Amino acid sequence: MTKYVDAIRLALENEMERDQELLAIGQGVWSPFYVGSSMKDLDKKFGRDRVIDTPVSENGVTGLALGYALMEKPIVVIHPRMDFMILALDAIVNSAAKWRYSLDWKTPIPLTIRAMINRGGEQGAQHSQALHSWLGHIPGLRVIMPSQPQDAYELLVQSIRSPDPTIFIEDRWSYELEGEVNFDCNLQPLALETPRVIRHGTEITIVGVGHATNLAINAVNLLEDKEIVEVIDLRVVKPLLVDVILQSLLKTRRLLVVDLAWASSGVAGEIIATIMERIDFSLELQPQRITLPDCPAPTSSSLESAYYISETQILTRINHMLRDLDSK
Amino acid sequence: MLIRAAEMKIAEESKKLSFKTPIHLTIGQEAIAVGVATSLRKTDTIFGNHRSHGHYLASGGDLKSLFSEILGNDDGCSGGRGGSMHITSRSTGFIGALPIVGGTIPIALGAALAHKTCNSENIAIVFFGDGAVEEGVFHEALNLASVMSLPVLFICENNLFSSHLHISERQPFTRISRFAEANRIYSSEVDGNDVRRVEDLARKLISDMRHDRKPALIEGLTYRLYGHVGSEIDDLVGLNRKRDLAFWKSHDPIERELRRLLDERKIDEKGFRDIRDLVEKFVLDSWESAISGQKPHGLSLLQNVLMDS
Repeated sequence: MTKYVDAIRLALENEMERDQELLAIGQGVWSPFYVGSSMKDLDKKFGRDRVIDTPVSENGVTGLALGYALMEKPIVVIHPRMDFMILALDAIVNSAAKWRYSLDWKTPIPLTIRAMINRGGEQGAQHSQALHSWLGHIPGLRVIMPSQPQDAYELLVQSIRSPDPTIFIEDRWSYELEGEVNFDCNLQPLALETPRVIRHGTEITIVGVGHATNLAINAVNLLEDKEIVEVIDLRVVKPLLVDVILQSLLKTRRLLVVDLAWASSGVAGEIIATIMERIDFSLELQPQRITLPDCPAPTSSSLESAYYISETQILTRINHMLRDLDSK
Repeated sequence: MLIRAAEMKIAEESKKLSFKTPIHLTIGQEAIAVGVATSLRKTDTIFGNHRSHGHYLASGGDLKSLFSEILGNDDGCSGGRGGSMHITSRSTGFIGALPIVGGTIPIALGAALAHKTCNSENIAIVFFGDGAVEEGVFHEALNLASVMSLPVLFICENNLFSSHLHISERQPFTRISRFAEANRIYSSEVDGNDVRRVEDLARKLISDMRHDRKPALIEGLTYRLYGHVGSEIDDLVGLNRKRDLAFWKSHDPIERELRRLLDERKIDEKGFRDIRDLVEKFVLDSWESAISGQKPHGLSLLQNVLMDS
């Protein structure tokens, strides 16, 4: 069994061994305080010329990494908190995402950005945000959000090898999750990755975005009849691919999307809208979503527990959505 | 002279509405790009900004591809997707330009890091204006280049204006090289309208950088003789511009160099006219060739957003 966080570290370690030009750069990569154990001892193994800790310059460092990638050399930028990565959005949105299209660039831009969602623990509004929907709005980026240890390994390796600027979003709440990881997996190009059914069921389809998938699985484990819920892990936020979800709905005809982020202009709504545009059969009931309340993250523990999504909340919604089954 | 003639043609065609893409002319500022270019190798990496026709051409970029890009044709240097503010000429080392002020400054650091990690003598160069030093990322980049010891040459073309605002209305000092000192980066100021002085300074700095692998900054004082954007002189836009324009016109870098060459008898009036005619013919031929090109097909709209798709 391998932890999610160790899968990330091993992905980076293996790729740095395989490709001598691969660099890792970001704030706190020499310190466990910022990045958990996801970079543990990599600086010792590969040297501090290849694992580079930086000044507090999110935009400058991200722009620098883009420049390195434009020279066709792979690089991983680590942003220990997505909230602070907002300062790098110019480099990400205006430069990295546009370079290929606006300059008719025909060679790889192997830039990977590891963006961490690090929340809870009374950390408050600027140490909590999950901004994948912002990034999912931008053509020219790939946005990846693994929730399982296997994906933490596989999708990071694929991101590093991808010729496109890729945002790899990891949730610190998933870090301790353990699972079987096949390190000899047959890796396809990142572009071929889609959402994946990770639990089969018959009556309701839950699509989880990132760590929300794990909450959904936990909720299903509390059910008496675990066979009624199909859980799909979104995995890929951009480009959004809904075929797997449509396929599942053909069977279940009930859709619930769970996203540990706000609802407005968000990917949960985008999934539902895309499904409704494409669907050519009827659903048992209107699609639903569970998202965060429309306020910044509070600090006080009582408010935090009201703010974050719980397994019970998902369970209640599942039961509510399935209440018509009992009457049949 | 080629840059001047090409931009005069662009200005003329802009007035005729041959294209709509916003153009930022470098007329009056050419000496810095030209003076630096003579010390560069094709394997160096140059980054520009919204006002980069001069940087592109000085690197040896193809004139017809530039014209085609401005016309929005599919054989433009950026496939007709970038226009005047997104130009590139990779084969001559001009990696590219972006229009967000200061946007390419950190990108140049990454190219410098790539040069450094493969132990080459190549350097990265980034051109920016005095407005860019008001962006936070400029200061981040200077600090990073210094602490990471990156072979990047920062070149500020200080033309005293950010769009319509004079530097005295934006900053407490008019010298921007002060920021290099603050970051322990070697810097030098130069008369940006004197191509020989720029060339001498660049040659020395660049030759040092190829060996000591450290950053440096050149500040060239100059003046754009046209407006911020478009083909007008804009002499009423901005502080003292009407008054100062006459002075700066009398310090036109091309006229200055020409007078010097005539005085030194390195060229005579006829020789000059011959070169001028040659350049103008080349510009006209390139334009004629560019306008016969095709616009990209609408079906290509979604191509090359991502590579791996």
